[in-house]
Amino acid sequence: MGELKNSRSNKRFQIITGTIFIIITLIALVPILRVVSTSFSSKSAILSGKVTIFPADFTLDAYNKAFSNSNFTGSFLYTIVLTLVFTALAMFMTILAAYPLSKTKLKGAGFIMTAFVLTMYVDPGTIPTFMNIKSLNMIDTVWALLIPGCLSAYNLIIMRSFFLSIDKSLFEAAYIDGCSQFKTLTTIAIPLSKPTIATLALFYGVGRWNDVTDNLYYINTASLYTVQMQLKQMIDSVKISALEGTTTALVADNIKAASIVVSMVPMLIAYPFIQRYFTSGIMLGAVKG
Amino acid sequence: MADLSQDTSAKVQGPHYGEHKVKTNTYLRNNWQLYVMLILPLVYLILFKYKPMLGIIIAFKKFNIFKGVWQSPWVGLANFRDAFSTAQFWTALKNTLILNIGDVIIGFPIPIILAVFLYEVSSKFVKKSTQLILYLPHFFSWVIIAGVVQQICSEQGLLNDIIRAMGGNSINFLSSPGWWRAVYWISGVWQGAGYNLIIYFAALSGTDPSLNEAAYIDGATRMQRIWHVTIPQIRGTITMMLIMSLGRVMQIGFERPYMMGNTLVQDVADVISTYVYKTGLQNMRYDYAAAVGLFQSVVGIILVLLVNQMAKKFGEEGIM
Repeated sequence: MGELKNSRSNKRFQIITGTIFIIITLIALVPILRVVSTSFSSKSAILSGKVTIFPADFTLDAYNKAFSNSNFTGSFLYTIVLTLVFTALAMFMTILAAYPLSKTKLKGAGFIMTAFVLTMYVDPGTIPTFMNIKSLNMIDTVWALLIPGCLSAYNLIIMRSFFLSIDKSLFEAAYIDGCSQFKTLTTIAIPLSKPTIATLALFYGVGRWNDVTDNLYYINTASLYTVQMQLKQMIDSVKISALEGTTTALVADNIKAASIVVSMVPMLIAYPFIQRYFTSGIMLGAVKG
Repeated sequence: MADLSQDTSAKVQGPHYGEHKVKTNTYLRNNWQLYVMLILPLVYLILFKYKPMLGIIIAFKKFNIFKGVWQSPWVGLANFRDAFSTAQFWTALKNTLILNIGDVIIGFPIPIILAVFLYEVSSKFVKKSTQLILYLPHFFSWVIIAGVVQQICSEQGLLNDIIRAMGGNSINFLSSPGWWRAVYWISGVWQGAGYNLIIYFAALSGTDPSLNEAAYIDGATRMQRIWHVTIPQIRGTITMMLIMSLGRVMQIGFERPYMMGNTLVQDVADVISTYVYKTGLQNMRYDYAAAVGLFQSVVGIILVLLVNQMAKKFGEEGIM
């Protein structure tokens, strides 16, 4: 390949494609930069069109206002707690299901696993799911946000195939030493599968943080709204006022931008970890898929 | 413990029977904890995954809120006939297909082109940072993306700032139906291209570089190598992704059209999922909305099977 790499046409190609990719990347960043700079700009600078992708008339005003809105601050903290509790619950359930189902000799395991996998292809649909949640008296309670999604068949498959890949002799040794199944799970299986557990926890956490559909379907009380739902209402209010042709939006652009940035931040902090794990997660899914 | 003593007596009468009993006991002694672990997941599976499937029968009933799903009278296919004679249903169906097919036409080739060329780039920095940044919007909710899109495409948005600076008249990207579709598709690319790029990039990493070298020595140009050597090697992945997106043209997520839509573009933004939400959960016509949803799922499943069958005919592996 040496000749190929050093040829003049290759150098030209490298410079051109490299530049194109840098431009594409910058274009993809522009929307985020615009929102961030709007959030740090004053209202008058925004209205006079001075904000480009850099802030004009730098101020933290929008953030002060966004956080002085107790609805928003409250739901921000609430969503963090909700996400953590949900992730813990979902991991608990996933491990609880994946470990016994990874025992191929366990009677009934094959049947139960098939029953789980089938749910990936057959979906009861919005209305029957809603009626079910309703019949369980979970409408307008925090349980509607915690329980229905707490065991995903997709994540179960990934967890189970990791448990399957653990060397069987380790389990046999534990059995001979008189370990119970519970003890084997907590002292051997779980410590060995920390990377997979971290990946799946991120899957669940990101999903919970971003989901707004279940808020919309099942929750009517504003105090139970997640931060995404609060953001949705803020965006909607601007939408409506813009459509009515009024120039004064109900929520100023910079406050809205600040709220968008705030609800992005947990994702941005987690992103370096997420993207490493998710890349391997996609591959796991692709192999099993 | 009583069982154990029975076992020994059983052994006297018939060794086979007795051995079996002892085996069952050891089996249970070794494995009962595994079954205990499965209790909660099983309860979940039945209560939240299979029980609602029974609820699908509401689509064939005239739902009476006081009688509940089970006691309400059967009406056969009346809800479906009702839907088929409603203009809004056909609008929603048409929009679902238009938005999804547009996604396939615009969104499908872009990540392939990006991946193939990015693979040819030798700079590790460009390779890494492109993937890192293009992948980022995948982790934003559609609420955030709708908010960002508003900041870019609204009257005071970045695009109109640019248009005005160049002396043009501002365009209503979000309230004119044609532009709205374009915004919908492009924001889909922004959100999803990075994810698909990584899938194709991984497929490319599995290709054989010696084939490329051989083609180079034979005097093939770069474009010829990409077209005749690289792409054929990832054809399996490309076909699989195409099958999946074609099979899904009847399915449409709820959040993306719902969050991006507004009342001015209803005629192009109303899709099956938002229609089910509006008729079912907002107007409480549960039976009718369930019928619409069921129709969509059934046609969707048939489509997946058809496309999969077609792919097999063309000599590809298929997904099932």
